[in-house]
Amino acid sequence: MSVELIAYGCFFLTVALTYAIMCLGLNLQWGQTGLFNVGIAGFVAIGAYVSALLTTPDTAGRLGGFGLPMAVGWLGGALAAALVSYLVGRLTIRLRADYLAIATFGIAAAVQLCALNLEPVTGGPFGIGFIPRPFAAEAGNPLLFSLLNLALLVIVVLLLYLGLERLVRSPWGRVLRAIREDETAALALGKSATRFRLQAFAIGGGIMGLAGAAQAHFIGFIAPENYLPMLTFQVWAMLIVGGSGNNRGAILGAVLVWGIWAVSAALIAAVFDPAQQARAASLQIAIIGVAICAVLLLRPQGILGEIRTISRHLPSRAGKAQTAESRPE
Amino acid sequence: MNPQILVDGLIAGAMYGLGAIGVTLTYSILRFANFAHSELLTFGAYAALALSSALGVLSAGLLAPLGPFSFGWSLPLAAITAMALTGLLALAVDAVLFGRLRARRSSIIVMVMASFGAALTLRSLLEFVFTSKPAYFTRELQIALPLGGGMRATPDQLLALVLAIALVVAVHLLLTRTAIGRSMRAVSENQALAGVVGVDVRRVIRVVWLLGAVLACVAGIMAGLLVQLRPYMGFDLLLPLFAAAILGGIGSVPGAMLAGLIVGLAEAGTVQLVGAEWRTAVAFIILVLVLLLRPHGLFGRPQA
Repeated sequence: MSVELIAYGCFFLTVALTYAIMCLGLNLQWGQTGLFNVGIAGFVAIGAYVSALLTTPDTAGRLGGFGLPMAVGWLGGALAAALVSYLVGRLTIRLRADYLAIATFGIAAAVQLCALNLEPVTGGPFGIGFIPRPFAAEAGNPLLFSLLNLALLVIVVLLLYLGLERLVRSPWGRVLRAIREDETAALALGKSATRFRLQAFAIGGGIMGLAGAAQAHFIGFIAPENYLPMLTFQVWAMLIVGGSGNNRGAILGAVLVWGIWAVSAALIAAVFDPAQQARAASLQIAIIGVAICAVLLLRPQGILGEIRTISRHLPSRAGKAQTAESRPE
Repeated sequence: MNPQILVDGLIAGAMYGLGAIGVTLTYSILRFANFAHSELLTFGAYAALALSSALGVLSAGLLAPLGPFSFGWSLPLAAITAMALTGLLALAVDAVLFGRLRARRSSIIVMVMASFGAALTLRSLLEFVFTSKPAYFTRELQIALPLGGGMRATPDQLLALVLAIALVVAVHLLLTRTAIGRSMRAVSENQALAGVVGVDVRRVIRVVWLLGAVLACVAGIMAGLLVQLRPYMGFDLLLPLFAAAILGGIGSVPGAMLAGLIVGLAEAGTVQLVGAEWRTAVAFIILVLVLLLRPHGLFGRPQA
């Protein structure tokens, strides 16, 4: 095993984990609450751009570059994305379910357009460069550098996972699923469906923003074309393949689909001659599309299905349900 | 204000209107927002391109421009076949994907997601076959005719406008004056009840797919003729189409056409007054305003 191979493995996993964060955010919105967000790329972009603006050094000809610490950038990115999600949710969540889909689709297009056209803020088509990278001091040692980056992402994903698992099993999480399964019944129990949905949507959007910030700092450069609708589809494929409603499924799906994506890209590079490669790349996207449809038709629950959870204050029944429902592999 | 905005806006709007009618019909009868509708547009346009080129190879005379227009007989002949092919494609996708999900009583959102997967697959395959390079039906140049008042339009653009209006009237008559139109309205009103009183719901669904696909094909060919053909041409129209369908009120054919024209005019105005780079934001802003102020659209009924 050469050093390069380990470094590449770390790089691959680090990128996959940034997708896993997006997937966890989507799982809260869709998997737990049944909210269909087709604008993931937009929320990720908001997180990335806000964090980049906050942390880059002052740049001539562009707003900001406030040079703040990276943690502030990540937090700011997540908060900005959460705020935008909240506003979109306010507008559409009380309407029919697929209006949210259309509105989020529009948000992603609008964010993309702003990133492209608001040159004094976003750098326009050239994007923003020189985004500070975590552990930049170690950049001379590629192995250590990539290991540290991977460790940082692992910690972030782990913290998010534990936090979300806790949320999902809390009374709050149970209300979300109750609303998803039977809104009328939840309403009858005095739960405001709109409010809970809105909270879940905003938190999920914030997590996507965090993913965007993490990705921006890991790569060190962002441009509008990083946030095309393709990104949204990839994250959807990850969650559906991994198993929506299951946080572990979200992480597994992200690593798996990103792996398929990377392998198919390598295959295309090996099989097709360079002139045809751009064209063959569209086959990669077709694979994602077929995967989404096939999983919906053949295994709607994904690889890891949803785990039934009930209140931990019902110990005996909870124990029984756990054994009865222990995941069918 | 330049009066040319009116002409540009109406012509783009007629195209949006045709596409939006397909969206609004499938939406009101199949009850989900079909994100793959835009790919029917793209497919129709490319099918017509392939057929028209094939006809041109068979007989070069078919490519000679017809009267004042930029295309020869090959295009209308190809268009009719392309409509049939687009209809078949829509039925095939329904049989393989949506029909099965419907039979399983999947939720609306699962259908929407499936339409996403289908759109992704179709678009990428089209891109693989036809490459992402822009293509054109013809390379003929057209001189824009003066219409008076400082407005100009090419014969192709005027034809598109007339054709769009004729199709809207035809679809409206079909829905309001024929038996199948009555069945369609019944199913959109209440599918279960329509089934109980003997309406063949499966047949209605087939007719809706065919109708939506044919209109999408025509809109796609128009977009290809007036602008160019690209694998993403349909995808880029998706937001204006949804904005028009929702602004018009889901299920309303005249509403979809009127809203299409409004979106087209608003875009043309934005290009003139604000700048071309913000054109794509117009549909989004209209969408947000409708959802804020009148979620059921101009001619729709409020949802219970």
